[in-house]
Amino acid sequence: MFNNPDLLKAIFGRLTLESLPFHEPILVVTFLAVALGGAAVVGAITYYRLWSYLWREWFTSVDHKRIGVMYIVLGLVMLLRGFSDALMMRLQQAVAFNGSEGYLPAHHYDQIFTAHGVIMIFFVAMPLVTGLMNYVVPLQIGARDVAFPFLNNFSFWMTAAGAVLVMMSLFVGEFARTGWLAYPPLSNIGYSPDVGVDYYIWSLQIAGIGTLLSGVNLVATIVKMRAPGMTMMKMPVFTWTALCTNVLIVAAFPVLTAVLAMLSLDRYVGTDFFTNDFGGSPMMYVNLIWIWGHPEVYILVLPAFGVFSEVTSTFSGKRLFGYTSMVYATVVITILSYLVWLHHFFTMGSGASVNSFFGITTMIISIPTGAKLFNWLFTMYHGRIRYELPMMWTVAFMLTFVLGGMTGVLLAVPPADFVLHNSLFLIAHFHNVIIGGVVFGAFAGIAYWFPKVTGFKLDPFWGKLSFWFWVSGFYFAFMPLYVLGFMGVTRRLRVFHDPSLQIWFVIAGFGAFLILLGILAFLVQIVVSIRNREALRDVTGDPWNARTLEWSTSSPPPPYNFAFTPVIHDNDAWWDMKKRGYERPLGGFNPIHMPKNTAAGIILAGISVVFGFAMIWYIWWLAALSFVALIATTIGHTFNYNRDFYIPVDEVVHCERARTQLLSGQA
Amino acid sequence: MDATATTMEGVSKTPDVPVFYLEEEHAHAEGGSTMLGFWIYLMSDCLIFACLFATYGVLGGSYAAGPSPKDLFDLPLVAVNTAMLLLSSITYGFAVLAMDKGRVGQTQAWLAVTAVFGAAFIGLELHEFAHMIQEGATPQRSAFLSAFFTLVGTHGLHVTCGLIWLGTLMVQVARRGLIEANKRRLMCLSMFWHFLDVVWIGVFTFVYLMGVLR
Repeated sequence: MFNNPDLLKAIFGRLTLESLPFHEPILVVTFLAVALGGAAVVGAITYYRLWSYLWREWFTSVDHKRIGVMYIVLGLVMLLRGFSDALMMRLQQAVAFNGSEGYLPAHHYDQIFTAHGVIMIFFVAMPLVTGLMNYVVPLQIGARDVAFPFLNNFSFWMTAAGAVLVMMSLFVGEFARTGWLAYPPLSNIGYSPDVGVDYYIWSLQIAGIGTLLSGVNLVATIVKMRAPGMTMMKMPVFTWTALCTNVLIVAAFPVLTAVLAMLSLDRYVGTDFFTNDFGGSPMMYVNLIWIWGHPEVYILVLPAFGVFSEVTSTFSGKRLFGYTSMVYATVVITILSYLVWLHHFFTMGSGASVNSFFGITTMIISIPTGAKLFNWLFTMYHGRIRYELPMMWTVAFMLTFVLGGMTGVLLAVPPADFVLHNSLFLIAHFHNVIIGGVVFGAFAGIAYWFPKVTGFKLDPFWGKLSFWFWVSGFYFAFMPLYVLGFMGVTRRLRVFHDPSLQIWFVIAGFGAFLILLGILAFLVQIVVSIRNREALRDVTGDPWNARTLEWSTSSPPPPYNFAFTPVIHDNDAWWDMKKRGYERPLGGFNPIHMPKNTAAGIILAGISVVFGFAMIWYIWWLAALSFVALIATTIGHTFNYNRDFYIPVDEVVHCERARTQLLSGQA
Repeated sequence: MDATATTMEGVSKTPDVPVFYLEEEHAHAEGGSTMLGFWIYLMSDCLIFACLFATYGVLGGSYAAGPSPKDLFDLPLVAVNTAMLLLSSITYGFAVLAMDKGRVGQTQAWLAVTAVFGAAFIGLELHEFAHMIQEGATPQRSAFLSAFFTLVGTHGLHVTCGLIWLGTLMVQVARRGLIEANKRRLMCLSMFWHFLDVVWIGVFTFVYLMGVLR
């Protein structure tokens, strides 16, 4: 029976034993490490009997705070994977000189640079940013949850499902070897007949559904659920940037969905969208994917700008300088981000007029961005600046991002771009803005809001160590790439023949090593902080003497966030409350209406993984079965009308009394 | 405890300290954001269609020496098809009017009529597709046909989803009547259904009418 190839094909599609990479020692060792590590984690959870706690309190939770934390954990875990890829590339490029082939075969190396880009953007930066927004936005606007709590849980699990598929490609089959945007015709079936591009497509499609729905959710939340008195121009700047980012998500991700759907049709059905023959046009793909791709970078960086705004004003002890101009700058960037996509392919022959238009729109973006920078500087001017960790990240951001912004304007000049296109100069530029902007922003945000999430601060020593390793590592890793770019080295190369280049790659590799130390110091910081939590404890809920509403709650906030709906009179609502003698209500509590937890999100995402896997490996019966299961589960979920409950008043009183005792113990 | 509470309330009402919180739990209209949220989702869906329209606009003339719209499109058939979809929108409107009056039977009847029209639309579209494929005008034949089948097919897929949703809602209305949650769902489907109608008008004009003129 097992010798019948047709039968095996019907059951397993193109999945065979040869699909498992036993022949690649690096992958076997990685698999063993991951398997042992995974078994240890699973064993520990089982030993401490945490499964039912995790399931009840986290996996099925519709609480935006829990979901926000899960997003951030996902982002940090995937950071380890994405960064391992980076280290491997740096090592390969540092040693592949003088006739040496390095240690990575081309087949493997090409997967690594693709996976690095995909993971860092979709499964590190996006979850970190979405996690921060999910956690903070409802608290900042005085809401008890997001507009669609179940959808929020579902969105998270779909993002996680995409990450699971990417991780699976490491050990079952392979990932795309096309670069992170998978341009056709290379990504089409003729040149990439294996499963790599299919893993790429399905992981992004599944995660994309989650991203889109979380965008819809947060826009509706911000528009409809602000506390009374909070007009649009009284929203905290982080909420403003979150609004703009989510508008961008809603307006950009459908384009990615559509273009990937067309690529899948080309690959699965044999249509001619992006082929070289039968009238297809690969340029159509490049245009469409960048119409998504350029807004995407602003989706990532705008919330980071929001974090820096909150941090700067809190740690300078001043109201944010130029609030109105900050808001308008954010909105202008949102709009302009749609008018610049062609600068990613000036060299593809659109002609001088088109290139000039997109070059100029690109340069114009630096104006609102510059306005923001001056606003932060003027906020610091005459402020009483406290250089706590979040503020350190913010200052590092200001210096680093300006540099990246300037090389960006340089690249926006089409003639200069003709020289620098696809060179390591470009690589240095976008790492300069993404690490200097998004990653520093995420770390600033994590350090800033960590005490809100846990009730204790992060350990400053290890935090500062991590900070200095990261920042110096960044400069060591990427400044040499600017030089190499000017010398004409293009991206994604595996071996080099000019020995004079090697020193720069060695310096870059050293920088990557410093960043590794930075990441390790960050992990140690978390462990040390949890150990020393009693010493680092904050009972006030407002450890930084901050200004926005999330700091008015206890740390961690109660499940219902606010026992009474707050009323807002000022941009810096909490600062205003502190200044004008707000006193915490101690009685008169009511039962609170809240959404119920549900397992539907994780179940649907689980079935989506099976569906994606079946489609990738051409296991048609399983694809059909899981697709039917998806629809049936969705319909079944709509028959559940019993979706909310009241937190009884006793529980509210109990929670609030505990906080009162904490506060008075403090006094 | 109670005594403190009264003092607190007293304090928060003095003129120089403004009201910082609402003492009464004001009843949120349940699902108050649903309409807005669904509308935003529809706009994102609209962008998927925008991409497909744009692709059709760029590739619609790439026949690759294969058949062109003139050879393929049967305008009278498409006109009948369009009428089916437009009529289904009207009957959905009647269903919503009946829903507003709280008449379960009438609502269900109009929903059923809508479903029949919708199914007729899908049936005619499938017939058209089958006919084209029989003539060798498959999605693989040229970029024009790839773009055509994908744009029109995506619309058809949406209508099919709408039909499944409609059936589900009819069962739910039959089980629980016109409760608030069901009314909200019917309104969402209503938006979805009319949205597909608008998209179809775009398809009819842009693909079929202009295709025959081309």
